[in-house]
Amino acid sequence: MKKNINQFRILILLAIIGVSIYCIYQFPINLGLDLQGGTRLVFEGQDTDKVKVSDDSMSGVVAVVRGRIDALGVTEPIIQRKGKEQVIVELPGIKDPNRAIGLIGDTAQLEFAEAEWAPGDESTLTPAKIKEFYGPDAYLGHVSEGHGGQEGYERPIIIKKTALTGADLRMAYPQVDEYGNPSVGFEMNAEGAKIFAEVTSRSVGKPIAIILDKKVISAPNVKTPITEGKGIITGNFTPEEVKDFVIKLKAGALPLPIKIVETRIVGPTLGQDSIHRSFIAGVIGLLIIITFMIVYYRLPGFLADIALLIYSVSTLAILCVMHATLTLPGIAGFLLSIGIAVDANVIIFERLKEELRLGKTVKSAIETAFDRAFSAILDSNVTTVIAAVTLFLVGTGTIKGFAVTLAVGIVVSLLTAILITRMMLDMMVDGKVLTSPDTKLLYK
Amino acid sequence: MNIIRKYKLWFLFSGTLIVLSLVTLVFNGMVRGKVMNFGIDFTGGTILNLRFTQPTNVGQVRGILDEYKLGEASIQKSGDNDFLIRLEPIEPEVRQKIVDEAGTKLGGVELLEADTIGPVIGSELRSQAIWAIILANGLILLYLSFRFEFIYALAGVLALIHDATITTGFMAFLYRNIDVTFVAGILTILGYSITDTVVIFDRIREDLRKPGAGKKPFADLVNQSIFSTLARSINTVLTVIIMVLSLLIFGGENTRDLCILLLIGFSFGCYSSIFIASPIVVLFSGRK
Repeated sequence: MKKNINQFRILILLAIIGVSIYCIYQFPINLGLDLQGGTRLVFEGQDTDKVKVSDDSMSGVVAVVRGRIDALGVTEPIIQRKGKEQVIVELPGIKDPNRAIGLIGDTAQLEFAEAEWAPGDESTLTPAKIKEFYGPDAYLGHVSEGHGGQEGYERPIIIKKTALTGADLRMAYPQVDEYGNPSVGFEMNAEGAKIFAEVTSRSVGKPIAIILDKKVISAPNVKTPITEGKGIITGNFTPEEVKDFVIKLKAGALPLPIKIVETRIVGPTLGQDSIHRSFIAGVIGLLIIITFMIVYYRLPGFLADIALLIYSVSTLAILCVMHATLTLPGIAGFLLSIGIAVDANVIIFERLKEELRLGKTVKSAIETAFDRAFSAILDSNVTTVIAAVTLFLVGTGTIKGFAVTLAVGIVVSLLTAILITRMMLDMMVDGKVLTSPDTKLLYK
Repeated sequence: MNIIRKYKLWFLFSGTLIVLSLVTLVFNGMVRGKVMNFGIDFTGGTILNLRFTQPTNVGQVRGILDEYKLGEASIQKSGDNDFLIRLEPIEPEVRQKIVDEAGTKLGGVELLEADTIGPVIGSELRSQAIWAIILANGLILLYLSFRFEFIYALAGVLALIHDATITTGFMAFLYRNIDVTFVAGILTILGYSITDTVVIFDRIREDLRKPGAGKKPFADLVNQSIFSTLARSINTVLTVIIMVLSLLIFGGENTRDLCILLLIGFSFGCYSSIFIASPIVVLFSGRK
């Protein structure tokens, strides 16, 4: 009967190890930005006259940013709001952060406006005069006349009134213009096409200004009215710019402008260095702890070491299954938790020593030691969890990772240090390995 | 030896360290301009971590930066050809230009890490950090009051404040860079240092229930509890310190500051459980 119990116990231990290793293998852990390399950006919404920073407008920002990032094809991006006005974007593995910044940070407000070439000397055109002659919304702009990347003449143009915006587009796609320059083709939706037809009929012989984020990017002259709502935007683009422009048009404009307040770029080398060195440090630390436990607590110490190894693999497995992101502070937290995990065993074994000195049998000494040590272990671990939870609540990014590994580690260590060590000690008693309190396998 | 009855000695020792910590903070504030070496997480600014292909010295790196007139830059060698550069917050384009130029002029460079944080985020983090530490202390106070008695909880938290103050003082004295991991470190120290205290308190609680406990002077009973848990107090901290030391010696540059912080904090945490928290309980209890 006793033998059967022990076989059953061994089975449980093997099952825990097996399941853990399976999970680690099956759900490879996410490496955080600091380990994998990548870009982290924090944007802050800016109030405008029309739109104020609010819950709604910031949710809109997140939606648009998400759309643009999805088009970029980043694996596992993180896009989340922080506080009232900030958005955190983490892009693992992104090598060209400047492109990402432009792609995400530009408002991408596209406007099609009725316009007219400025007559004669532009220095005589005061804002007041422009408004008087061309309508209350009119203002003076400039458009580059060059083609194919060369610096061109900045031709003055008067923007009269915005007729359509990017929101009226049905689709946008990369194209080349008649000279083979990279350009953006677009199609209006039904409503947009109607307005576009009216505007272009009115503007034959005059330019239509195409404005992106308050900058006139091109102003083609209308030769014939465009009725089918299709067109092309040219303007000194590189193929890459066209691609990003299309992404922005498809995802739509941001409801309000955003400003970068934090950027963090991590190259891939740094993370590999960190992982490698932390791994070595962890193994060395673990070996010293294991040796210490065996030398000081003998057989129970050895059992605690087995529990510690089970602790290490199962904690790692839980982090994998939780889809947690492993950061450098997270690794530090995990290693620390290994040092903390044996604490419960130390508390129990010291107690066991006392109970044995009182002349109890091994079996009852083990029982009392676990019973008596439990309240101390519980209370002391709850306080550490309190600190970890506080850390999780206020921390961001990598610090959250530290808090998560610390908290998971503590909870798992309670289980392994108490249940698994207990089970193995009972195994030793039932298997007649630990019989007399005076055996050399125990330390009194 | 009776630890409790010699409490004046320990209080004098700790009091001196606390005063020295505060003096260090004031001294730093007056002489160095900052009470602690706050990193860009708190103040806002830019960090560039560059690895050059060719052997490079600080002067050459400074030469590149000087052209941009970026105010005061701190350049620190952090590896064979690795440099940590601390600057005011800069635009991504400027950063790109600096890296490109460093690459062309100094024969190849790899951007290991770049970090720019605006001053507003920095000050937000400062207030969050303070709140986090107050919140953690408050919650621990509540939990311990619930599990033990209020005076135990108070003694435990006072010992924590003692640990945090002295650790902060040490970090100010060493003038190590203080970033967001400092907050994580201090909170971990708070959470972990209290465990030792709890083990002793738990033992006092148990010893008080034993028959005949009332006849003994409280100070002697606490003293006995301390000694019967002494091996526990030392060994639990020892295993964690083994890990911290291992990380400090073999781990990377990035976790170094955290490890130094934890080493100091855990050591004082163990000391304060025995020499500060326990005597305070005896004093507050009003029993002899």
